[in-house]
Amino acid sequence: MGLKDKLHKLKLKYKGKKMAPAFNAIHTFLYLPNETTHSGAHVRGADDLKRTMNTVIMALVPCLLFGIFNAGYQYYSAINGFPQEFSLFEHFINWENFVLGASKIIPLVVVSYGVGLAVEFLFAVKKGHEVEEGYLVTGMLVPLIVPVDTPLWMLSVAVIFGVVIGKEVFGGTGMNILNPALTIRAFLFFSYPGWMSGDKVWVHSAVEKSGVDALSGETVLGYLANSKPFDYSVSDMFFGFIPGSVGETSAFLILLGGLFLIYSKIGSWRIMLSAVLGTLAMGLIFNGVVEAGWITDSSKFYALMNLEFWKHLIVGGIAFGIVFMATDPVTASQTNKGKWIYGFLIGFISILIRVFNPAYPEGVFLAILLMNVFAPTIDHYVVQGNVKKRMKRLKLKTA
Amino acid sequence: MSKDIRIRKGLDIKLVGEAEKNTVDATRSNVFAIKPDDFHGIVPKVIAKQGVEVKAGEPLFHSKSNENMLFPSPVSGEVVEIVRGAKRKILAFKILADKEQQYADFGVKDVNSLSGDEVKAHLLSSGCWPFIKQRPYDVIANPDVAPKAIFISGYTTAPLAADSDYVLAGKENELQAAVTALSKLTEGQVHVSVGKKGNSPLAGLNNIALHNVSGPHPAGNVSVQIAKIDPINKGEVVWVVNPQDLVIIGELLLTGKFNAERTVALAGSSVKTPKYFKTKIGAEVSSVVYTSGVHDEGNIRVISGDVLTGDNVKPDGNLGYYHNTISVIPEGDDYEFFGWNKPIFNKISPSRALTFSWLFPNKKYDLNTNTNGEHRAFVVTGSYETVFPLDIYPLQLLKACAVNDLDAMEQLGMYEVAPEDFALTEFICVSKQPHQQIIREGLDLMLKEIG
Repeated sequence: MGLKDKLHKLKLKYKGKKMAPAFNAIHTFLYLPNETTHSGAHVRGADDLKRTMNTVIMALVPCLLFGIFNAGYQYYSAINGFPQEFSLFEHFINWENFVLGASKIIPLVVVSYGVGLAVEFLFAVKKGHEVEEGYLVTGMLVPLIVPVDTPLWMLSVAVIFGVVIGKEVFGGTGMNILNPALTIRAFLFFSYPGWMSGDKVWVHSAVEKSGVDALSGETVLGYLANSKPFDYSVSDMFFGFIPGSVGETSAFLILLGGLFLIYSKIGSWRIMLSAVLGTLAMGLIFNGVVEAGWITDSSKFYALMNLEFWKHLIVGGIAFGIVFMATDPVTASQTNKGKWIYGFLIGFISILIRVFNPAYPEGVFLAILLMNVFAPTIDHYVVQGNVKKRMKRLKLKTA
Repeated sequence: MSKDIRIRKGLDIKLVGEAEKNTVDATRSNVFAIKPDDFHGIVPKVIAKQGVEVKAGEPLFHSKSNENMLFPSPVSGEVVEIVRGAKRKILAFKILADKEQQYADFGVKDVNSLSGDEVKAHLLSSGCWPFIKQRPYDVIANPDVAPKAIFISGYTTAPLAADSDYVLAGKENELQAAVTALSKLTEGQVHVSVGKKGNSPLAGLNNIALHNVSGPHPAGNVSVQIAKIDPINKGEVVWVVNPQDLVIIGELLLTGKFNAERTVALAGSSVKTPKYFKTKIGAEVSSVVYTSGVHDEGNIRVISGDVLTGDNVKPDGNLGYYHNTISVIPEGDDYEFFGWNKPIFNKISPSRALTFSWLFPNKKYDLNTNTNGEHRAFVVTGSYETVFPLDIYPLQLLKACAVNDLDAMEQLGMYEVAPEDFALTEFICVSKQPHQQIIREGLDLMLKEIG
């Protein structure tokens, strides 16, 4: 008797029992279920939610791998100084970087998935519904948007908060208002700001070392916000050889992931494109303000405002936010027209927060959470447009 | 008047087992069954009790709400059984057919001289009225409310469905008589749509407004055509007739006989030799399915209708009242190892998430009844719109139906849709939600509450 038959028998045994959702979650992970159509169309398309979520995870894997190497690279560079002539294989993709990065980041991934899925299973068993796939993506996103040294207990608390308050209280995957990964990020940020922002947390062990051994863990945005000079080149920023949250630094790999999501029709190109346009628009406005001379270099906003508008896209977490966070279909606008407005405002507001918030120079997660709240309102007005068209047709008829 | 309708959004589901254009007579069916459930919303009141002999065209039952609305027997014979289910609900009238068929005589009519009221009375008394359905609500037309127009779609786009052009060939006289009669029932026009590239006998008729339709499924759905030609507003009613039923109405007018004969496509990947059969409404599907032979007999689903909208009738079931296709496809009651993440080449997908149907736009697929995933809450957005050509927000309308929000349903265009319009969104739905059922229940609620 093969594995397939054994599992089928177990499934029948668990049917109707309390633990059935937990068993089914594991069973359907191994095997596409034997469910057949009962009403409506007798044949169905090939995609299910697992496949959809899996596609997003595939797009995230390069960012995760890059993050692992970059954690090591930033650490050793902070100690030994940045290499004079950078060679990808000599200085970046090497065993030391991998071991150090993996030893910090793999535990983050394991804790994120372990704790989050445990909560999901608990709720599924308690409420008697199937374990839904939403957390597959959230669990991957969370380790990529936190600093490398985030303590694991902190992450666990945040994940529990995010999954319960961000999602389960609303009824689970598909019902939530706020993006669960960003809810987790926001919880961490407001509960433990010392661990989540500042000039130390972005490079491994920079917090502990002070005095003579002090390491700088400043991000590019941190330098800009404090009007300090830095020596990262545009290509460093684009390819991601800079400090930052684990997976957010490489705009290049995020771009590839975004193109993959658009190509596979899983991510919304409308949101991504309009968010990029929104970012560029706000960046241009600030550049214009500087050019018009309304603000001088004595202002603390000067350095960020003066940053060429397109560079906003390759520093900080905005690219990652646009591609992987803003496009979450549950919390984004659900109408195609609404997606244009939603995306544009995310880009626009992100840069606004980035420039005007000196305490914390990255605004994309706040901007996305804010727009999550407004997405239903945007949709309401878009749908009302359709309703009004119908009413007008009726009036023309009866007039 | 001829107008072109071009549909861009949609999806042609190309399946193995299209019926070959070759018609044979079906093996004679012994028992015919008429299922009141085929007439959605009708509560039957029995006229022909068990043991009664009926002629073809004589009524078996009438509607509880309108006793003039008669539902006829397709054949002459004895009513051998009235099958009842829970709460004594009537599931089927079974008629053992006579060897020599006898037809009730309703008299030959000269359609040109009939008035609208005469046509209506004639169709009601002869049992042809149930062929006329209405929008909104997708139920049998209320004879007391005149429609603003009548729509007939002669363009077939549903997967494996009987090709209207083929089954109607040579029936010009019957079709003409029927549309002439129908045109007296409305102050508006009788709109007939035909495929732009096809060769439909409907195209040559008089007294109609002809429209040429092109594009992928659901271009052949009558709702799509109504929306392009003359959309339904609140308070308006349109009627809809299937072209193969026009033939029966036409023959009634020309000969006085109710002849339930129909050319039916037997299609699907489980059928050895898919082709067309001449049979009658209510015939046993086994009379055609096994003549052609099937692959893997123990593992088939027999569907009366097409694979998107038909009914699961089991191999011992009967042809539905409105159906002219019998589809037979393999059941998908099996597990697939890592089926959710491995690359897929043998199934249709609107995405490219390691699914490769987009590489082979002309490939024909052998799909089974597996859902390819479990039921979930609505998550993905923006995908339904790519296969939904109506100017309606499909996701929002489905959600309004799911929460019984009558105001939202009305505002979002519920009057303009039928369950079949949501067959494609259901097909591509990542969350495997029962769209057609949600819409049907929504329409029923509206009919009950608003009427």
